[in-house]
Amino acid sequence: MRILLSIITAAVTVTLIVILNSTLLLPAPLGKLLSPQHGIWQNAEAVDANFSADLNFPQLAGKVDVYFDDRLVPHIFAEQENDAYFVQGYLHAKFRLWQMELQTHAAAGRASEIIGIKALKHDREFRRMGMGYAAEVALKEMEKDPAIKAACDAYTAGVNAWVNTLTESSLPVEYKLIGYKPELWSNLKTMLFLKYMSYDLAGGDDDFEMTKAKNYFSTADFNLLYPLQQDSLDPIIPKGTKYEAPKLQPTAPATADSLYFNDKQLLAMMNPSRPDRDNGSNNWAVAPSKTKNGAPILCNDPHLGLNLPSLWYEMQITTPAYNAYGVSFPGAPAIIIGFNDSCAFGFTNGGRDVKEYYSIQFKDDSRKEYWFNNEWKKTDFRIEHIKVKDSLNYTDTVAYTVFGPVMYDKSFNGGIANGNYYALRWTAHDPSNELRIFYELDRAKNYTDYSNAVLNLHTPGQNCVFATKSGDIAIRTQGKWPAKWKGQGDFIMPGTDGSYLWQGFIPMDETPQQYNPERGFVSSGNQKPADSTYPYYLGRNYPPYRGLIINKKLQAANNITAQDMMDMQVNNDNAFAAQAVPLFLRHINDSLLDNEQNKYLDMLRDWHYTNDATSNAATVFAVLWNKFSDTVLADEFRNAPAGIMRPFESTLLEALHRDTACKFVDNIETVQTETLTEMATAAFTAAVTSLRSLEAAGKLEWSMYQATGVRHLAKLDPFSRLNLPIGGSRYSINATKPDHGPSWRMVISLTADTEAYGVYPGGQSGNPGSRFYDTFVNHWVQGRYYRLWVMKPGAVKDARVKWKMRFSKA
Amino acid sequence: MKFIASVLLTALLSIAACLYLPWWSIAPAAFMSSIIIPQQPGKALLSGFIALLLVWGGLAWYISNRNEHIMAHKISLLIFQTDNPLLLVAATALIGGLVAGLASLSASYLRR
Repeated sequence: MRILLSIITAAVTVTLIVILNSTLLLPAPLGKLLSPQHGIWQNAEAVDANFSADLNFPQLAGKVDVYFDDRLVPHIFAEQENDAYFVQGYLHAKFRLWQMELQTHAAAGRASEIIGIKALKHDREFRRMGMGYAAEVALKEMEKDPAIKAACDAYTAGVNAWVNTLTESSLPVEYKLIGYKPELWSNLKTMLFLKYMSYDLAGGDDDFEMTKAKNYFSTADFNLLYPLQQDSLDPIIPKGTKYEAPKLQPTAPATADSLYFNDKQLLAMMNPSRPDRDNGSNNWAVAPSKTKNGAPILCNDPHLGLNLPSLWYEMQITTPAYNAYGVSFPGAPAIIIGFNDSCAFGFTNGGRDVKEYYSIQFKDDSRKEYWFNNEWKKTDFRIEHIKVKDSLNYTDTVAYTVFGPVMYDKSFNGGIANGNYYALRWTAHDPSNELRIFYELDRAKNYTDYSNAVLNLHTPGQNCVFATKSGDIAIRTQGKWPAKWKGQGDFIMPGTDGSYLWQGFIPMDETPQQYNPERGFVSSGNQKPADSTYPYYLGRNYPPYRGLIINKKLQAANNITAQDMMDMQVNNDNAFAAQAVPLFLRHINDSLLDNEQNKYLDMLRDWHYTNDATSNAATVFAVLWNKFSDTVLADEFRNAPAGIMRPFESTLLEALHRDTACKFVDNIETVQTETLTEMATAAFTAAVTSLRSLEAAGKLEWSMYQATGVRHLAKLDPFSRLNLPIGGSRYSINATKPDHGPSWRMVISLTADTEAYGVYPGGQSGNPGSRFYDTFVNHWVQGRYYRLWVMKPGAVKDARVKWKMRFSKA
Repeated sequence: MKFIASVLLTALLSIAACLYLPWWSIAPAAFMSSIIIPQQPGKALLSGFIALLLVWGGLAWYISNRNEHIMAHKISLLIFQTDNPLLLVAATALIGGLVAGLASLSASYLRR
């Protein structure tokens, strides 16, 4: 009897353990997660945790000392060059391993391994885009460069030195919550990370959307809706700059008019995922002549997705060869944006279209041969094996052509494609060695070093800003830019005819650039790099407003201090509203409005076009503009195919500035001709209805309406910082959006000792249970900066040194 | 006396086992402890329960306190949709106590 009781209770115990160890009945394996010696409690880092350590590794060649300051920023002092990268890899892994692996898994199309079948579409898309293929090409190219290969090898060894210490208890908490384990790092993963950045920054295109627009609208309407250049454009390289005759003159194929521009075949539904269109940034440098202390100042704030843990990890690296400080990418060696003892450097996205689609004609469904230049050419197949958690593995076979992978075919994109096949041609597939630019910039001493360094940057192309202590400033829109004939690649191109291929790349000495210009500053805000006199075709998709406002402010400023530049980076002036609101105020007929409606109109009247966190008028304008553009364009787009390109807000606004009776204003569905006054007043009345409910919900203040947040990479709310009281807008220098914004603000005054300031919306530790997880977020929200401390080799007794890690050769 | 000895032994064995083995090694630890120090089933259940209630609850509380409950705030929101660090500590203690108590009970039936 007792034996039976024993067996029964034992069985109950085992059952309880199984339940607590799995998600059969519970939302989480609570036993495993809550065990104080294994689970989440092990990630609850003591607030006074000691980060000091004495470590020995056989991979090291010499000694490395790391001093952590009170913000947990490491200052690395390495005797041997590559040891610095080993320690960088070790620290990236120690503080950020989970995000490093997540991002590279996402890049490689391996998300399904972790989160199951719901990620299969993402994985297929990324593999069909050739991300894995591109990373393999980049790896081969990188390995030809002994210095970069040694840096990557050391970095990878450093990451793995940390990964090998991990036990069930010490895993980052996300692994415990999701239930998987990290694998070893490799140089291929570093390449995958860089390709992920290429996707994020140079993976944008609107070829399908534009093709639909071209097929749907008349040529006149098309040109009106999608102009090549905005009237308000103030390009990166100022208007009036003289350009030499181009060395390369691409010519449009003979059939371009019949088979490309005027080909009106209908395109089936296709809505590919897109990186954020506003992945942009601001950067500028001012010359000694414009600063108070006579030292150049360089500023940069890259606008990217706002995530926790942050994309950036701040650090100083000192070796016998160089002393660099700035932010690094967990996942790659080197300082990416920052400064050294001689100069400072920063980037904004080039934003040019380097991604084309070609329509492929296969001989049959086997996809083994395709028609190209009057013959059947053989495809290569790349077989993608996708592991899927809790499900069968998936095998995807992707055909590769002379252009690149056939991304879309009958098996992908829901099978609703019109039986067409689309191959992708993307510069990110071409061999390149991007790490070398950062390797060289970290060591750069002068303008010549910079000019040589940037040539290594192919994709993603960037506007590279530069300044030296000797007083030079420069900017260069660097990248592997295809030299296109006018209109090439704006739409899907025929893939049967080789004359539609890119005919070459813009020679490196002909990329738009400026060196010590007379106006005393260089700048970029992702606007079009040059006006129409630049001899190469630049496409049309560039936001004009931030560049406009930056140039205006810099032009007017003199005796500039670092504080002025910080104030400018967090400036909330809305350049779009400044152009739009006066037009509305002229045309809204307030005699038709009741008292309450007039109350909101008064807010707009009293507004100084600044999207401060507490501004009500900023919300009034945002809602009004949405209602207005929706109403005005509704008739034009009523019957347009889904996924068609929508015009930019600047297009509509500038058309109205040119002519208030412009074509868009009239509703083509009514008999009478509507005026701007009617449309603006109607839009305002409609806006007030929305504003009233926003006010009732306490969301009239701009920051409440925009609700900017810094979200955890797995979108876990308790690990995120949501609804931050921050101002700014996509049209402001402080370019905040709901989940996107200035990911690192940096102001460097190149005085003898370097006066440097910076802040990013995150913290040095990726562990949500650490007090260093989101340390900088409040500072960032308030527009405050940290004085960046460049530690000198002997300063070990400085009060700012809180912990010391000593790395020695085992 | 026997009761206290049993609680102490269960606690020590559990902590030691969890240094090297998965979390559920608290069950064999409590089971063994109950074999070594036989008690009436009721007392065995209680001593196993109390031992792990104290060990897990105590450890969780100690860790969370040093962490100023940063993690407990977030995880309680994540798991229980309520911001209550104490609830998370209590749940930890209860889970440890239940598993160990049952294992201890099961062993107590094997010997008189």
